[in-house]
Amino acid sequence: MNKNNILQRLIVHFILLSGAIFMILPFCWVAVNSFKKPAELIVYPPSFLPKEPTLSNFITIFKETPFFRWLLNSVEFAILSTISILITSTLSGYILAKFKFPGRGLIFITILATAIAPFEVYMISLYLIASKLRILNSMIGILLGYLVMSFGIFLIRQNVIASITDELIEAARVDGASELWIFFRVVLPLLKGPMGALSILAFLQAWTAFVWPLLVASSKDMYTLEVGLALFQTGFSVDYGKVSAGAFIAILIPTIFFLLMRRTFFESIALTGLRE
Amino acid sequence: MSFYKKYCFFAYIGLLPALLIYFFVRIYPIFDTLRLSFYNWDLISPIKKFLGFENYVELFKDSLFLEALKNTTVIALSTLLLSVPLGLLFCFLINYLKDSKLSPIYETIYFLPVVISLVPSAIAWKWIFDARLGTLNQLLGLFGIKPKAWLFDPILSIISIIILTTWQTLGYNMLIFNVGLKNVPKVYYEAATIDGANNSQKFFYITLPLIKPIVLYVSVVTLIRSFNIYAQVFVLAADTQGAPGRLVRVLVYDIIENAFRHYRMGYAATEAMIFLLIVMGLTLIQFYVMRERV
Repeated sequence: MNKNNILQRLIVHFILLSGAIFMILPFCWVAVNSFKKPAELIVYPPSFLPKEPTLSNFITIFKETPFFRWLLNSVEFAILSTISILITSTLSGYILAKFKFPGRGLIFITILATAIAPFEVYMISLYLIASKLRILNSMIGILLGYLVMSFGIFLIRQNVIASITDELIEAARVDGASELWIFFRVVLPLLKGPMGALSILAFLQAWTAFVWPLLVASSKDMYTLEVGLALFQTGFSVDYGKVSAGAFIAILIPTIFFLLMRRTFFESIALTGLRE
Repeated sequence: MSFYKKYCFFAYIGLLPALLIYFFVRIYPIFDTLRLSFYNWDLISPIKKFLGFENYVELFKDSLFLEALKNTTVIALSTLLLSVPLGLLFCFLINYLKDSKLSPIYETIYFLPVVISLVPSAIAWKWIFDARLGTLNQLLGLFGIKPKAWLFDPILSIISIIILTTWQTLGYNMLIFNVGLKNVPKVYYEAATIDGANNSQKFFYITLPLIKPIVLYVSVVTLIRSFNIYAQVFVLAADTQGAPGRLVRVLVYDIIENAFRHYRMGYAATEAMIFLLIVMGLTLIQFYVMRERV
C-alpha cells in the first residue's frame, strides 16, 4: 500500500466517523440525560456525562405513568399483528402461488393494488368502521389496521414459486395427503427463512405504528409506547429527564434486538427493496 | 367430490379469511373515503349532504391545506435531495473500506435509526435542537453563529424536521444501494482497472449507470414515505401550549385536524383523496422506471 492510498483511507475513515457521530449523537444525549437530576439538566453549558447519576427518572416514570402498561400494550400489539400477518401471508401466498383457479390473477392484483394507498388515506373510514363495531379504545381496534400485509403475501408467493416444486406437492397428493397436511407439513417447513424475515418486518411495522394507535386509543391504559411517549412529552409541565428516560428505554429495546440479530435485520429489510 | 372440486374448495376457503380482512380494512375503506369526499358530514348527524366536487374546489382555496401541501412537499423533496446522494456516498465509502475492521461498526450505526421508532428518535433530537442547551447551537457557536430557536421558528423548524427525516431514511437507502452495488459484476471494475480508470471514473461510468434504476426506486420510496410524515412533526413542532403540529402543518396533520377536531369528515376525506392521487402519481413513475429496467 502506498502513501497516497493510506491517506485516502484515512480521509474516508474521517468522513465515515463524522457521519457515525451525527447518526448516534441524539441517542447518546437522550441516554446520558435520562440519568441526570432535573437541576443538572438545565445547567449551561451542559455537561455530557451526569455529575451525580441517578435512577430517579426511571423510577418515577414507572411509578407515575402507566409506562409499563404502554410497553406491554406495544409488545402485545406487535406480537398479535405479526401472528395475523404470518398466518394470512403464508396461506394466501401459498395458494396464490400453487393453485390454479378462476379469479386468481384478479385477487393477487387487488391485494397488491391496495398496498399503494398509504394507511393515512383510508384511516378516517377505518375509524368509522371501528366506531361502528364498538372496538375503539381496545386492542382489537388497534389491531384492525394491522391484520394483513400485502408485501407479506407477495414475499411468500415469490418464495413458494422459487423454492417449492409442483412435483413435491403432487407427490404428497398422490400419497393421499390432505391439502391442509401438505400446507403444514410440506410447505411451511420450507418457508422458515421468509417467515423469519416477514416476522421482523411485521413486528417493526406494528412496534413503530403511531397514527392509528393514536386515533384508536383514547384512555391512558390503552396507549402503546409510541402514543404514550408522544403525549407524555407534550404535557404542560413536562420534565424532560423523565421523557428522556422513557425515550431511552424505547430506544434500547429495539437496539438490543438489532445488535443480537444484525444480519437477519439487514437481510429482512433489504427484501423490501425488491418488490418489483 | 372430484379432485378438482376439492382442490378449488381448499383454495377459496384458504383465501377467504385474508379476502374478508382485505375487504373490510382496505378495499371498503378506500372506496368509502372516495364516497365521503363528495359529501358534507359532521360525524354525528344522520344526514349527509351531497356536494359533488365542492369539497375539492374549496380545498384548493383553503390556505391551511395549501400550506400543509407546501410544507409536506418541501420536506419530502429536501429529504430526497439529501438522503439519496448522501446514502449513495456513505454506501460507497463503506464499500471502499470493506476490509477494515471498522466497517461493520459503521454499517450498524448508520442503520440504527431505521429500527428505532419515530417518537423516541424525535425526542432524542430535541436535545440537539434545543435553543439553549442543544448541540447544534453549540456547534454553530464554534463558527461564530448566534444561537437560533430551531423549534420555535416556522422556517427553522421545517429545516429541523428535514434533518430528522434525512437521518431516519439514510440507513435504509444505504442498505438498498448496497444490494445494488453487490449486483454490479466485478469484471467491469477489473477491466476498468486494466484500462487505467481511477476510482471516481469507475463510479461515474460504471457504478452509477448500472445502479440508476435502484437510485430511482429509492428516490420514489423516500418521497412516498416522507409524504406520510406526521409523528416527527407531532413531537418536534409542538408549540408551548402543548397543541401539537401548530408550527409546521403537514398533510396528515391537516387531515386529522379536519376529521377529528372540526368533524368535517367529507372535507378530510377529500384531502385524503388528494394525498392518494399524489402517491399514485409517484407509484406510476416507479412502475415506469421498473419496466424500463427489464
